[in-house]
Amino acid sequence: MTEEVDAGRRHFLTVATVAVGAVGAAFAAVPFLASWKPSARAKALGAPVEVDISKLEPGAMVKVEWRGKAIFIVNRTPQMLSTLAGIEDRLRDPDSNESEQPEYAHNRDRSVKPEYLVLVGVCTHLGCAPLEKFTPGDATVEAGWPGGFFCPCHGSKFDMSGRVFKDVPAPTNLPVPPYQFVSDTRILIGSDTRSA
Amino acid sequence: MRTKLLALLAATIPLSALAAGGSAHLEHANNDVTNTASLQRGAANFVNYCLGCHSAQYVRYNRLAADIGLTEEQLVENLMFTGERPHDTMRSAMNADDAKRWFGVQPPDLTLIARSRGTDYVYTFLRSFYLDPAKATGVNNLALPGTAMPHVLWTLQGYQEAVWEGEMDEQGVAQKHFKEFNLASPGSMTAEEFDEFVRDTVNFLEYIAEPAQMQRRSLGFPVIAFLIVFTLIAWALKKEFWKDVK
Amino acid sequence: MASTSQSIKSGGGRLAALTAWIDDRFPMTKLWKEQVSEYYAPKNMNFWYFFGSLSLLVLVLQIVTGIFLTMNYKPSAQEAFASVEYIMRDVEWGWLIRYLHSTGASAFFIVVYLHMFRALLYGSYQKPRELLWIFGMLIYLCLMAEAFFGYLLPWGNMSYWGAQVIVSLFGAIPYIGNALTEWIRGDYFISDVTLNRFFALHVIAIPFALVFLVVAHLMALHEVGSNNPDGVDIKKVKGPDGIPLDGIPFHPYYTVKDIVGVGVFLILFCLVVFFAPTMGGYFLEHANFEPANPLQTPEHIAPVWYFTPFYAILRAVPNKLMGVALMGAAVMILFFLPWLDRGKVKSIRYRGPIFKFFLVAFAISFVALGFLGLQPPTPLYTNLARLFTVVYFAFFLLMPWYSSIDRTKPVPTRVTYHAH
Repeated sequence: MTEEVDAGRRHFLTVATVAVGAVGAAFAAVPFLASWKPSARAKALGAPVEVDISKLEPGAMVKVEWRGKAIFIVNRTPQMLSTLAGIEDRLRDPDSNESEQPEYAHNRDRSVKPEYLVLVGVCTHLGCAPLEKFTPGDATVEAGWPGGFFCPCHGSKFDMSGRVFKDVPAPTNLPVPPYQFVSDTRILIGSDTRSA
Repeated sequence: MRTKLLALLAATIPLSALAAGGSAHLEHANNDVTNTASLQRGAANFVNYCLGCHSAQYVRYNRLAADIGLTEEQLVENLMFTGERPHDTMRSAMNADDAKRWFGVQPPDLTLIARSRGTDYVYTFLRSFYLDPAKATGVNNLALPGTAMPHVLWTLQGYQEAVWEGEMDEQGVAQKHFKEFNLASPGSMTAEEFDEFVRDTVNFLEYIAEPAQMQRRSLGFPVIAFLIVFTLIAWALKKEFWKDVK
Repeated sequence: MASTSQSIKSGGGRLAALTAWIDDRFPMTKLWKEQVSEYYAPKNMNFWYFFGSLSLLVLVLQIVTGIFLTMNYKPSAQEAFASVEYIMRDVEWGWLIRYLHSTGASAFFIVVYLHMFRALLYGSYQKPRELLWIFGMLIYLCLMAEAFFGYLLPWGNMSYWGAQVIVSLFGAIPYIGNALTEWIRGDYFISDVTLNRFFALHVIAIPFALVFLVVAHLMALHEVGSNNPDGVDIKKVKGPDGIPLDGIPFHPYYTVKDIVGVGVFLILFCLVVFFAPTMGGYFLEHANFEPANPLQTPEHIAPVWYFTPFYAILRAVPNKLMGVALMGAAVMILFFLPWLDRGKVKSIRYRGPIFKFFLVAFAISFVALGFLGLQPPTPLYTNLARLFTVVYFAFFLLMPWYSSIDRTKPVPTRVTYHAH
């Protein structure tokens, strides 16, 4: 005795099995894909870094590492800060509208406190470490150099706030990382939300 | 006073079944890993009494806090005394060379002890120290004879004496069997309080041996439920197609 | 046909066009038809026939979870143990990937042992499937090697001492023994060197060999066709269209049935993964939660449960070399099964009483030896192990005799099947 094949029921059950199976497969994929997220250890190693700046002399720079990147901290003298004014026509993005910085650094000083500049010391062209060239008039950089940073790889130039000059390969200003002052002498790099 | 004595007697009854030698009867820890309050107490116990010598090197403070229901403030205030940060792991401050010199052996890391030796063993061990003048530490342990570990919890449990029963065997050699413990000098806790203290600590050790266990068990239910639904649908599909096969 | 040209104009026509484009360059539809939708398998396959597809499932599972473990595991003596705990704690979902892999290893052997037992039940190793059986045996050897190499990787104390014991067995071989063990270890003791090379073998060499052998195994199967619980050759009775009367296309009937098998398997598998991953110390051993310590042996060294039948045989023999030889023989004798079996009948359903007795005795002895291999070698257990070793070998060594004299039942020409 051959019964009629209930094609509708077959189709429904096939679709149901495939659909539920696909949902199961998607759920099963989640742990594997999620395992690629930074692990607890990576997050720990990438945790904010506290820096003691009490010994940082005016005009000097200290480098620390955070998340594998060099972070520059400069104790800017009033003279250094004065070089920031009046050079807007030499800069590609003097108001920092295209560059990466937290909103508390979206100003001419590009910092929380004017005296302390905190930058990610990675040239925005191809990633080399810019050199400190803080002396105005330094002929090794160019005539009329106001002071700032100079990248040796392809000649990109940045001012004393890390703002990029025109006519250099680097497209944007040096980034400013999230940071906060946990006291007058300690800066926490990598976090700006911790309550003091 | 009478309840204390009765409680003490009650506590010695199960222990009297222990025989001399290491791998004998173990008391049941009866801990409950889902009891968060117990885990919190156990965490404090561990930090205060164990972490000085024993590291728990695979345990991260911030994950521990999240799992046992502490905020980061509570974590730092109650469990972190030596300047580490929440994302650090639980390391003992004891220098390995010093440890070797003082104890002859570095105190082992305790992260996985609940999985390698079992909670019942650790529970029994912590409660089985007894006075032994022949040892440098002045104590020995029924669960691990000859242990180099001092009786760290003596302020809480007090000091016990072991009572042995002797009998001669066929060769005329005296064989001694453990009979019971007697409390030689009391500590600040009663026997039940101390058992509870050890239970909380062992509970904490069971948790740190496998922090994912809570998540593992709770995820198991929806996974099995889903698989049952899938299998039933697949079975219906199979039955439908196999109507063709005569 | 009219419907085809019509459909080429519509949306479905695009799929057909793509299929045609591929088929002109790669035998996709041809392979699909030959191996799946027009591969005719006997319609009376039963419970014992789930384990081939389940073995394939577990192989894929082990490879996928293994790849993800390798992303975070560090194969050095300094870092291996810590890297496993890193996976269990710091890597998101690492604990699940680890448990899937450790449970999968045991599941692999459960499934493969049942798969092999099916062959014993139904004579699936008999002519013309001898080569199929040999490929299967080679897969089994690779699987044992894979498990052995993999077990060292966590660098726990049982990992270390288990490897130490097994590698030192090779030292029993006369003349070349010591040089051989040193060559295997790459060092004077089980060390970082050994760990690294076992890692390479476990992650790359043997998986390649396994995949190749599985493909060969399936090709050999499809060349001859599947056996069935009645041991009847379905190709002997074909319809006017050349299709075996007792055959049904693998797709959709066995694809649909195997999916149910997969579902049931995954339920049991996930019950273990989520609720009992250590399986009381049988899947993840207690001693392995301590790092490798060359100065301190665990109380009982036993291999993982799936090796214990052979371990029991090894320990049953008082002489180290003879024990090694007998243990090896216990595995290798399986290769010869197609030629030891002189029976004219394939399936146990039609075999005589002597074969049935020996098969049951063999199964009992295998399980008993497995149990004994897990116990400490007391005099009682050692004597029992000797007894069951004799039974184990008797199954094979006496088979040429009892399989030929046995009083078999007449084998039908058509399979026995009840609709379900």
